[in-house]
Amino acid sequence: MAIGVLALQGDFAAHAAALRRAGAGAVIEVRRPEQLDELEALVLPGGESTTMLKFLQAGGFWDKLREFAARRPVFATCAGAILLARRVESPPQASLGLLDATVERNAYGRQLESSIRQAQVAPAFVRELGPSLEAVLIRAPRFKDLGPDVEVVASAGDEPLLVRQGRLLAASFHPELSPASPVHGWFVDQVRRWR
Amino acid sequence: MEPNSLRLKTGLAEMLKGGVIMDVTDAAQARIAETAGAAAVMALERVPSDIRKEGGVARMASIRKIREIMQAVSIPVMAKCRIGHFVEARILEALEVDYIDESEVLTPADEEHHVDKHAFRVPFVCGARNLGEALRRIAEGAAMIRTKGEAGTGDVVHAVRHMRTIVREMKQLAALDQAELYGRAKELAAPVELVRLVAREGKLPVPNFSAGGIATPADAALVMQLGAEAVFVGSGIFKSEDPAARAAAIVKAATHFRDPKALLEVSEELGEPMRGISAAAIPLEAQLQTRGW
Repeated sequence: MAIGVLALQGDFAAHAAALRRAGAGAVIEVRRPEQLDELEALVLPGGESTTMLKFLQAGGFWDKLREFAARRPVFATCAGAILLARRVESPPQASLGLLDATVERNAYGRQLESSIRQAQVAPAFVRELGPSLEAVLIRAPRFKDLGPDVEVVASAGDEPLLVRQGRLLAASFHPELSPASPVHGWFVDQVRRWR
Repeated sequence: MEPNSLRLKTGLAEMLKGGVIMDVTDAAQARIAETAGAAAVMALERVPSDIRKEGGVARMASIRKIREIMQAVSIPVMAKCRIGHFVEARILEALEVDYIDESEVLTPADEEHHVDKHAFRVPFVCGARNLGEALRRIAEGAAMIRTKGEAGTGDVVHAVRHMRTIVREMKQLAALDQAELYGRAKELAAPVELVRLVAREGKLPVPNFSAGGIATPADAALVMQLGAEAVFVGSGIFKSEDPAARAAAIVKAATHFRDPKALLEVSEELGEPMRGISAAAIPLEAQLQTRGW
């Protein structure tokens, strides 16, 4: 079994490289819905969520991905987290409705507002991730109105940047763009544990 | 420049990979591009084929027009400044466009110098015909390279030549020893540190996209198979018979660029492409790609 990276558009190559550095076995670029049958877990990368939606809303991809993400581990960053959300704002758009949160697109502004921040890891996750994480935020979205089953894994001030709900892990930043990504290592470990 | 700043600049280019950046001249076209699945749009006053036809001095687009496009879509918006025109670039930065293209499509403002792109917080993309030109632009702070091709022609031959040249010259570096890299850096007229980096990594230190004459889904897949990580489409979309259908087809081709069945499917029933002009029929002095130093 392998970990897939949705490769419709975006920084899927950076995710594949980060997964390999984290010791994942086979990593597969996913461009067609039937490829999901071969996977044990999936990464939804950064990129443009509106572009990814064009592909997902055709050819039976949507239902297949919803069904996959409801029972398998999924790690989503930025645009990927927008796809997973219950509700999307600014502007509203279709989403899979699996992560019990609202996601506001481009919440900090345009590219000039992109930044690298330090995220504080919540005490329960320090053993796996260390006390803080580098957070590369590119035209980043913001998580809001988290549901009761959503745990905040890492945050900056009172803003959640990395959240978990069961087997879903979602970041508003890009761990795949940091030279070392403890988050990818943690995800690969969790995929093994959930086998 | 701080290394973090370059990471944020190339970071946005990473997000555009596998996507299509489309030239648009008003809000209505920008919406068509976004609906078709464009990863970003380039806000322009005139597309390159009209600049070529109408002549005159081509400058940064009107601010009103760029602002109208920025308000119309939620995807990144780029805009062009003239080569070396650092004040146009400062104005575009103050406007908060997401990327600036220091572009040979506009009339150059400086015959010797390009913009010092390290001095800006907004990221820049620049055109290149070969590895030396690409590395000079990266040394000046460009966070993305695109082939120049020959803009406004609808003829992909020069984009192919430029992509093949850059890829071949990178492969050749791998065969050279440390002493030979100094000599090669002189020939390329590029900093030896960057030449060494490319020799070691086998690729540019910033994303490498393609532009200049891409008019069909097959053209987009061609340059991507040759090594482009994303494509810019200029006149090719809004000078064709059915822009919305062509834009959507080129978006699909950029994703499924190695899948002949998918390319067949998107190439059917597209309407007429832009008529175009053969790049070979353009005399050297009328070529846009020779602009840049």
